[in-house]
Amino acid sequence: MAGRTLYDKLWDAHLVQQRDDGTALIYIDRQLLHEVTSPQAFEGLRLANRKPWRLDSNIATPDHNVPTTLKERSIGIEGIEDDTSRIQVMTLDSNCTDFNIEQFGINDERQGIVHVVGPEQGATLPGMTVVCGDSHTATHGAFGALAHGIGTSEVEHVLATQCLIQRKMKNLKIQVDGELGEGVTAKDIILAIIGDIGTAGGTGYAMEFAGSAIEALSMEGRMTICNMAIEAGARVGLVGVDQTTIDYVAKRPFAPLEDVWEQAVMRWQELVSDTDAEFDKVVHLDAAKIEPQVSWGTSPEMVVGITGAVPAPSDITDATKRRGVERALEYMGLSGGQKITDIQLDRVFIGSCTNSRIEDLRAAAEVVKGCRVSPSLKQAMVVPGSGLVKRMAEREGLDVVFKQAGFEWREPGCSMCLAMNADKLGAGEHCASTSNRNFEGRQGYGGRTHLVSPAMAAAAAIEGHFVDIRTWSPSRTQESA
Amino acid sequence: MDKFVRKQGLVAPLDRSNVDTDLIIPKQFLKSIKRTGFGPNLFDELRYLDEGFPGQDCTNRPLNPEFVLNQARYQGASILLTRENFGCGSSREHAPWALEDFGFRVIIAPSFADIFFNNAFKNGLLLITLDDATVERLMTDVEQTPGYRLDVDLVGQCIHTPDGETIEFDVDAFRKYCLENGLDDIGLTLQQADAIRTFEARYKADNPWLFRS
Ligand code: SF4
Repeated sequence: MAGRTLYDKLWDAHLVQQRDDGTALIYIDRQLLHEVTSPQAFEGLRLANRKPWRLDSNIATPDHNVPTTLKERSIGIEGIEDDTSRIQVMTLDSNCTDFNIEQFGINDERQGIVHVVGPEQGATLPGMTVVCGDSHTATHGAFGALAHGIGTSEVEHVLATQCLIQRKMKNLKIQVDGELGEGVTAKDIILAIIGDIGTAGGTGYAMEFAGSAIEALSMEGRMTICNMAIEAGARVGLVGVDQTTIDYVAKRPFAPLEDVWEQAVMRWQELVSDTDAEFDKVVHLDAAKIEPQVSWGTSPEMVVGITGAVPAPSDITDATKRRGVERALEYMGLSGGQKITDIQLDRVFIGSCTNSRIEDLRAAAEVVKGCRVSPSLKQAMVVPGSGLVKRMAEREGLDVVFKQAGFEWREPGCSMCLAMNADKLGAGEHCASTSNRNFEGRQGYGGRTHLVSPAMAAAAAIEGHFVDIRTWSPSRTQESA
Repeated sequence: MDKFVRKQGLVAPLDRSNVDTDLIIPKQFLKSIKRTGFGPNLFDELRYLDEGFPGQDCTNRPLNPEFVLNQARYQGASILLTRENFGCGSSREHAPWALEDFGFRVIIAPSFADIFFNNAFKNGLLLITLDDATVERLMTDVEQTPGYRLDVDLVGQCIHTPDGETIEFDVDAFRKYCLENGLDDIGLTLQQADAIRTFEARYKADNPWLFRS
């Protein structure tokens, strides 16, 4: 018998019931809840007079539309100026109280973007099934967990039954070998993958990332990669468990202790694809060839290396593709053949569940240290992924580095990643963003998003346009504290 | 979900094809945190002369006298008779929620949009597809006969008209079973509660660190 992939193992371990029609009942270990996709699920429970099946598997935190200014945040929920946002956050709060679900509330230090909070608390553990009413739940696959986004009626289904009805996906392996160049990061790997296989390349697959370049990454880096599996069409991203995983999980609040810890670690070590496992598809990438990436269009696959240029429609023979590029260029206000380094920026956003963890902030701070944000920018902001990330960064003095450079230092939340709160782009504005989606209007009506790594965003903030972080040497005028 | 076995009800005609989900419930109401209370905003743009917004009291809004559901003779209708491709557009479940909240339990049309069709059954609505000629005939009868009622028998899969005619209809066996037993997706899964409990007990013994209580 052929070996099993990591996905096969996770699937088998959670299979409650296989049905003749190809669907299966899958047991869910962890559900993360936030204010936008949970209210109707709770109401549905109430209407049907049902109770959550297992309380301790659910954890909630508001993130999508919490304000990120200290002024609004210091007042708590009442301080949220926008009515819809306030009502959603209030509703999450009262639902958690009524149903007795653990919540990291708006001003709890543990509050933050669900996909930052889960791993940080050890609430995401290897071998788990993790779901959340949010497509970037794929992030948690970095721990060798089977994690994916679900819709609101599925949120209710999981609350009430602890299970989901699923169909098994196919197995795809993305093998990234070799060493990354200096200044090239996990974000560049995943953008390069999406550029290579396209936004539908992973549709129908569980996407496992493997190879020496992935093994060399920290957990933060692996989370960045799995986070964007969904942008490559795959609902599930995965990385096998190794010592890096186990070291990250150890001693986190929800992690097991002592004897149970030993027992768990032994089991977690099996959470890798067998060497003779068969994948339905394998894609290879050479890490050494990956440049820092910048997206130029309105889909994450519209991405190019920093030394490259915006594609010229006249070079594209396929008519449908050409029209797509023309439309994107028009929306982005760019012309074919324009050099990436010539794109002038209006704002810079460092944050989101892709890149708002401590390592991301350290990388960005390293770049901006002693520099000043370009006067041509309207705004440069840093939004930590959680209250704990924020505190850790402040202990390390990163907030001072950012503020001295002219960045705004905000309270944790999704913020300008999706512009559900007041943090938005104006029409026509170009933004270097460490988030994951560059769709039309994603960061504000008419806004133009360029996806990049934290270091690339930071350097772009200093220069007012994109630069190649590998060769860039800023004049650091100030001594930073 | 309420069980659906047989339903006698007043019929309201909506003589219009391609009624999309935005027309059924305009997008400003999607901001709501609820799945109930959409009834007063069903067909909002057709029903009222002013623009609706969430959370507003609709009782004093100016009604559009031309709109069929505003006519006295159709008050209390629970069966909607309409034209092809009803429910096209987005996948929002707010559309069936609004129809249900308003009081509709059965919708009859020559065809329905796919996602809407699924969503509607999940929420306890019975959607009946009849051929164009039959719908046309019913449309005329409803408009000409004040107080026109139909008797919809799900078990026998037929509709009885006031003239004593019987119209048969098809319904997927699984969907029929769910409606008759008042089962939504969750109800169905909960029929497997024993299997889930058995799995959970074994799983907990194997993975004690995943359970905190
Ligand atoms: S940070 Fe952005 S992508 Fe991540 S959960 Fe929030 S809105 Fe979604």
